[in-house]
Amino acid sequence: MAHESTYIPGTAVERWIDRRMPIVRLAYDSFGDFPTPKNLNYWYTFGGILAICLMVQIVTGVVLAMHYVGDADKAFSSVEHIMRDVNYGWLLRYVHMNGASMFFLAVYLHIARGLYYGSYKEPREILWMLGVVIFLLMMATAFMGYVLPWGQMSFWGATVISGLITAVPVVGEPIHKLLLGGYTVGDPTLTRFFALHYLMPFLIAGLVILHIWALHVPGNNNPTGIEPQSKKDTVPFHPYYTVKDGFAIIVFLILFALFVFFMPNALGHPDNYIPADPLVTPAHIVPEWYFLPFYAMLRAITFDIGIPFTDIVLINSKLGGFLVMIGSILIWFVLPWLDRSKVKSMRYRPVLRLWFFILVADFIFLGWLGGQLAEQPYIFLSQMGTLYYFVFFLVILPVMSVMETPLEMPKSISEDVLKSKKKSASGETQVTGGVAPAPAE
Amino acid sequence: MNKFISTVATVIVALSGASALGAGGETKPLKHPHWHHEGIFGKYDQNQLQRGYQVYREVCAACHSMELVAFRHLGEKGGPYHLEKCPKDVGLPASTNCSDPVQNPIIKSLASDFQIEDGPDDGGDMFMRPGLPSDYLPSPYANKQQAQAANGGAYPPDMSLLAKARHHGPQYIYSLLTGYPDELPVALDVPAAQYYNPYYPGDTSSVIADAYLDEEGHILKDKIKQDVDPAYLTGKGYIYGGLFKMANPLSDGIVTYEDGSAETVEQYALDVTAFLTWASEPKMNQRKAMGHFVILYLLIFAGIVYASYKQIWRNVH
Repeated sequence: MAHESTYIPGTAVERWIDRRMPIVRLAYDSFGDFPTPKNLNYWYTFGGILAICLMVQIVTGVVLAMHYVGDADKAFSSVEHIMRDVNYGWLLRYVHMNGASMFFLAVYLHIARGLYYGSYKEPREILWMLGVVIFLLMMATAFMGYVLPWGQMSFWGATVISGLITAVPVVGEPIHKLLLGGYTVGDPTLTRFFALHYLMPFLIAGLVILHIWALHVPGNNNPTGIEPQSKKDTVPFHPYYTVKDGFAIIVFLILFALFVFFMPNALGHPDNYIPADPLVTPAHIVPEWYFLPFYAMLRAITFDIGIPFTDIVLINSKLGGFLVMIGSILIWFVLPWLDRSKVKSMRYRPVLRLWFFILVADFIFLGWLGGQLAEQPYIFLSQMGTLYYFVFFLVILPVMSVMETPLEMPKSISEDVLKSKKKSASGETQVTGGVAPAPAE
Repeated sequence: MNKFISTVATVIVALSGASALGAGGETKPLKHPHWHHEGIFGKYDQNQLQRGYQVYREVCAACHSMELVAFRHLGEKGGPYHLEKCPKDVGLPASTNCSDPVQNPIIKSLASDFQIEDGPDDGGDMFMRPGLPSDYLPSPYANKQQAQAANGGAYPPDMSLLAKARHHGPQYIYSLLTGYPDELPVALDVPAAQYYNPYYPGDTSSVIADAYLDEEGHILKDKIKQDVDPAYLTGKGYIYGGLFKMANPLSDGIVTYEDGSAETVEQYALDVTAFLTWASEPKMNQRKAMGHFVILYLLIFAGIVYASYKQIWRNVH
């Protein structure tokens, strides 16, 4: 780890272990004494929250898999068997189902925090890119998991989304056939999705370990974006951040519990309580809420791209939509190189900050559009939303990172903390993490 | 640029219109009566569930199956016939535990009213026997094809999950059952064996009577507005709802209640909807009860951890 080990084995047993495999030392240095900037706000608690989400999904998922039957004729009724006859099966299933939504809620806030405070910038590029890989795996896992109950939306969602792959020239068709285990979604699709849905969370867990490793070499970024310069700028992870993260986790669990116990189906679609029927297409096929922004971008591309004034089509609308959808996430991989600014935190980049807030609003707007019918005016609005999304990353961010003069920055984390303390003591409004405190009414 | 402005203007106009749905594809806003089981403290009303089961059994079950519900489920905690204690003076052995659905005398009697095919026996033959609590509710048709053949090609959906399988399920089911008009709105030309309901998500534009169409087949909206009861008109002057294959199943007095509740369509609809809600979510009572405990626990836990947080951080800065 990046900092010097301060672990002193206290007992004979610890000394014995430490000479052979210093795992206690690793844990102590990573989660005990690890020096952490003392100014981390609640936006920095989502890492811990996400770790909890992953564990909850794995634990409930393993138990659900003991009762679930991955067979097209039995999958739907086996889920209902879990709901009706398995002891606390309804609890396991509702936790797992809403857990996916909670996981995505937390990951979106986590990513937004990383964007806002410039956590993707040097020396944290690998940390950021590992995060993007984790997000992609999460999407694949959630998509396959949604197919397993074998309801109408499972079946038709799988049909629509897997069909996109056929847009890829030459290799698209064979990959599609391989993925589905046939020409259409059916029993072979269900069984392989079940196998992969069980596998992928463990890949995610492995990547999370790498993610934490890559975090612990440079250490945490913080709301000022200034690296810690002395011991004065940091506090040990335990107990300072175990207790702060712990509090945030409990508050998050309250929200989680409200969904599980009082509105367990609010985030789902009623059609998924109808068994899958290949002969009946639902009136309105929509993915889960957390995919809607990307779904809107997919559907925004309604036009072919070709050579002007000729009939030659280079990219048809289907392929275009597919490319735009995956491009919207793959673009995050090069983010550290699109942003040329030395200043990390958007606290000190007021112009870019404004554009960033528009991006957040745009993303939420795209999410809303993704749930609407594919007709005007929604198509046009989706096109505008998609355009802004890409313009932000490809034009605004690179240009502003060179053009914008950042605000004056504090010399160290300590100086910033003292200054904001003074300010809040004298009653002035304090500029924190982009979220201005609401004026007292 | 001008083109851009006009596109934006079109978009704004289209958005400000109440709905972007196609003509006639709108349903009447659902009614929302109050049920005992609503809200975070709401529990199922057992008497209502029993009446609801009676309506299902005597009316709905003629066409609709309920394949995911077994007789024993009716006797589970929160279910219509759950018993905490055995009734006295009915001659049950002292060892009977009536809170166990399989031993519950009401459940046993409800199940035994049906003849269920079982087997094969030692001779290899299938045989009929009286139903047991472990049996699932018998379906009215042998299979989907038979159900369709008997219902003009439409499959009466299985009712086990119906209340969760429709948007705002309970309100929808209640509105549909109480929404059949006494008299068809004029301007509709309803074919035989089809039935109009303003809450059914369909499309009425294809069944407008000829008198309300011009020579090219366009709908004469002004004439419709003039003649049709405004209760059936959408904001845009079309007619709500659609046609489907289910005739109005309820009428006043069709089911005889033993507990003195009103024998009206309104009451039947409320009761059967409550029963269907229970059937789709039989563990709701347990879920909410656990939820209260969990939320309370987490709130107290959060308070303690917040106090620790303040205590630990008091000297930092």
